[in-house]
Amino acid sequence: MNKYLVNLTINDIPVSVPEGTTILDAAKNLDFRIPTLCHHEDLCVAGNCRVCVVEQIGGKALTAACATPVSEGMQIHTNSALVRTARKTIIELLLSEHNSDCTKCYKNGNCELQSLAHEYRVGDHVFIDLVGTRKRVIDNLSPSIIKDDSKCIRCQRCVRTCSELQGVSALAVANKGDHMKISTFFDRPLVEVVCTNCGQCVNRCPVGALVEKTYVEEVWDAINNPNVHVVVQTAPAVRVAIGEELGYDAGERLTGKMVTALKRLGFDSVLDTDFTADLTILEEGTELLTRLKRALVDKDTTVALPMTTSCSPGWIKFIEHTFPEFLPNVSTCKSPQQMFGALAKTYYAQKKGLKAQDICVVSIMPCTAKKYEANRPEMRSSGYKDVNYVLTTRELGMMIKQAGINFQNLEDSHYDSIMGESTGAAVIFGATGGVMEAALRTVYEVVTGREVPFTNLNIVPVRGMEGVKEAKVKIEGCLPEWSFLEGIEVSCAVAHSLVNARDVMQAVKDGRAHYHFIEVMACPGGCLGGGGQPIPTNNEIRNKRAAAIYEEDAGLPLRKSHENPEVKMIYEEFLGAPNSHKSHALLHTHYIPRKRY
Amino acid sequence: MADVQQIINDATKVYGKERKALMPILQAVVKEKNYLDDQDMISIAKALDLSAAEVFGTASFYTFLDTVPRGKFVIRVCKTISCHMAGKDAIIQAIEQLLKIKIGETTVDKQFTLLTANCLGWCHKGPVMLINDEVFPELTSQKAVEIITKYRGE
Repeated sequence: MNKYLVNLTINDIPVSVPEGTTILDAAKNLDFRIPTLCHHEDLCVAGNCRVCVVEQIGGKALTAACATPVSEGMQIHTNSALVRTARKTIIELLLSEHNSDCTKCYKNGNCELQSLAHEYRVGDHVFIDLVGTRKRVIDNLSPSIIKDDSKCIRCQRCVRTCSELQGVSALAVANKGDHMKISTFFDRPLVEVVCTNCGQCVNRCPVGALVEKTYVEEVWDAINNPNVHVVVQTAPAVRVAIGEELGYDAGERLTGKMVTALKRLGFDSVLDTDFTADLTILEEGTELLTRLKRALVDKDTTVALPMTTSCSPGWIKFIEHTFPEFLPNVSTCKSPQQMFGALAKTYYAQKKGLKAQDICVVSIMPCTAKKYEANRPEMRSSGYKDVNYVLTTRELGMMIKQAGINFQNLEDSHYDSIMGESTGAAVIFGATGGVMEAALRTVYEVVTGREVPFTNLNIVPVRGMEGVKEAKVKIEGCLPEWSFLEGIEVSCAVAHSLVNARDVMQAVKDGRAHYHFIEVMACPGGCLGGGGQPIPTNNEIRNKRAAAIYEEDAGLPLRKSHENPEVKMIYEEFLGAPNSHKSHALLHTHYIPRKRY
Repeated sequence: MADVQQIINDATKVYGKERKALMPILQAVVKEKNYLDDQDMISIAKALDLSAAEVFGTASFYTFLDTVPRGKFVIRVCKTISCHMAGKDAIIQAIEQLLKIKIGETTVDKQFTLLTANCLGWCHKGPVMLINDEVFPELTSQKAVEIITKYRGE
C-alpha cells in the first residue's frame, strides 16, 4: 500500500515519514529518543503515563508522542524547557505514588522508572509521598510471579499483554480514580485465577510491580552443600538469549561459554534439557502414530485427535482453564524439563551411583511458568520433587554476575554426560514451530524410512513469526508396518501467543478446522520470547534469537532426535521402548480441568 | 432470591453476547439483586466469553454496580460540597441513629444499606439522598427519618 509522506520538523530538523507514523517513531528516525513508560511496541497505544510528552509549536497543550500521528507542517520539540519541566514533574508525580525503595527492589538496576528518575535527576519529596497512605499487599503465593501493587505505576502494559498477546485477561483494571488498581478477579491471588504464569507481564512491567519469584539463594545453598549433588539443565532458548544479560547484542549463540560459566558456578553436572527434548520427540511422535493407528486402523472413535503438544506449561494451564473438554487431546508427554527431572533422579542416579534424595535438579528456563510446573503435585515420579528449582535466563545472568565471572573471556566447553547429548531437532524446540519441525523430521522417517522431503531438513512452512502457521505433509512410500498411513496428508497447525492458540482451539471446537497435530507455545515467538527471557524482548529481538536458534541447528552434526546416541542408549538400558510401561510411569502425566476465572 | 442465570439468559436475548452487552447485563442483575457477587460475575463472563477479571474490573468502576452485598434499599446521601454546606452531616447522623448502622453498613434484616454519594446534581435543593432510584431533596433530619420509616413498612 502506498502511503503519503508527511513532512514535519523535529527539533528544527526536517523529516518525511509515512502517514500514520507516530511522533515517537518519527523522532526515532532522526535518532532522538523520547522516553516512554506505558508504551511497548508489542502492545496497542495507551498514552496514559505521559512521560513521552513533546511540544508542538502552536499546540494548546503538550502532546503524547506515542499516541499522536504526525501531520503536515508539524513543528515538534522533544527537549524544550517546557517539555523538560513537564516531564520531570510527571516523573515526580509517578514517584509520589511509587514505592521507591530502590536499593531493596528486585528490579534495582533494570527499572525503567528508576532510569528515568536518574536521567532527569528528580528531587527528593517534591510531592507528598502517597505510598505510605495505602495498604501494601504483596501477592507472593504463586511459585512463578510476585505482584506488588505498591510499585505499580498503572501503565497497564501487563493488562494489555494479558489481553492482546495472551487472550487471558487474568489482570484487568479495577476501581477508579485514586483507588484504580491492576487487579485479578476480585483481587484474588494469581495462583487462584486463570493466570497461566507465562510471565509475559513480568517481561513487560517497567517497574518492580510484577517480577518472577526468584530461587537464586536456594540454588546457591544447594551448590554450597557438599552433601548435595547439584545437576543443572538448560533449555534450548537460554543459550541464544543469555548474552543479552551479559552485555552482548541479541542473537548471539553462547552455548559453550554458558556451559563453562555453569561449571564455574559450581554445579556438579551441567546437562541439557535438549536431551529430553529429543526424548520428547520419540515419546510424542510415537503417541501421535499410536493415536492415528487407533483412529485409522482400529476405527476407534474415542481416540482424541487432533493431538496437541504439551511442552509449554503456560499452554497447559491455559487449556485446563479455557478448553477443559480438550484435555484428552493434549499429549500426555511431560515437558522436557520434567522428563529431565524424573530421569535425573532415577536413570542418572542409578548410573552415577547416587541416591535420588541427594540430587538437586536445577533448571535454567526462558520461562516463569516452568516454576509453577515444577511445583505441580503430579511432578514427583521419582518419589521426590523431580525438579527442585527453576531459574529464568535473567536469574542465571544474575548468578553469573554475582560470581564475578568474566563471561566474555570464557572458553567454550561441552555439556557433561550422561543426559548432555542433543541434536538440532532439540535446539529448535526454543522457537515457534520447532517442536512440529522436530516431530516431523522423526515421524516421517520412522514411517517411510526416508528423510522428510524438505531441503536440508528445514521445514520452512512452520518457521517464522506468523501467529498461526499451517503445514500439510503427504506420507508416501510407507514401510510395510505403517502402510495404513499411505497417502495420508498429515495436517498440522502451529500457534504461538495464547490469543492465537485460543483461535485455533475455537476453530477445532466449532468444526471449522481439521488437524492431526497442533503445536502450541504460550509465548510470542515460542520459548525464545518467553516470560523469563532478558528484558526488553520485542519483535526485532525475537527474530534475532530465532535466527540464532536455526543457525545452531544447521551447524550441528545430528539434526534428528532419533539419532541422538544417548536417547538410543536410554531406551536400550532403561526405558525399553517409547511409550513403554516405564516411559509412562516416568515421562507421561495427566491434566486437571480448572475453573474459568 | 433472584435467579441470576435466568436474568442473564433473558438479558442476552435482548442485548446480545458481544462485549457491549456487558453493561446492560450488569445493570439488569443489580436491578433485581442490588449487588453482584463473584458467582454472578463468573456466570456473566461465561455468557459473554469474557474474562471474569474484566467483568469485575468493569463492575468495580461503577459506584452503582455494587460488588458487596447490599440491603433491599440502598440509601445514598450526597456528600459533596453544596449538600455538606446544607447540613448533610445531620441527615447522616439521624439515619445512623434510626437504622443503627454506620456509613457503608447494612442492617441485620438486610433491608437498608447506608452509603454516601458524590454529587447527585441537586445542589440547588440539598441536602439530598437517593433511595434506590428515587431522589429525596430538601431534607431535614425529621423528613429523612419519616421517609425511611415509610420504606421500612414496605
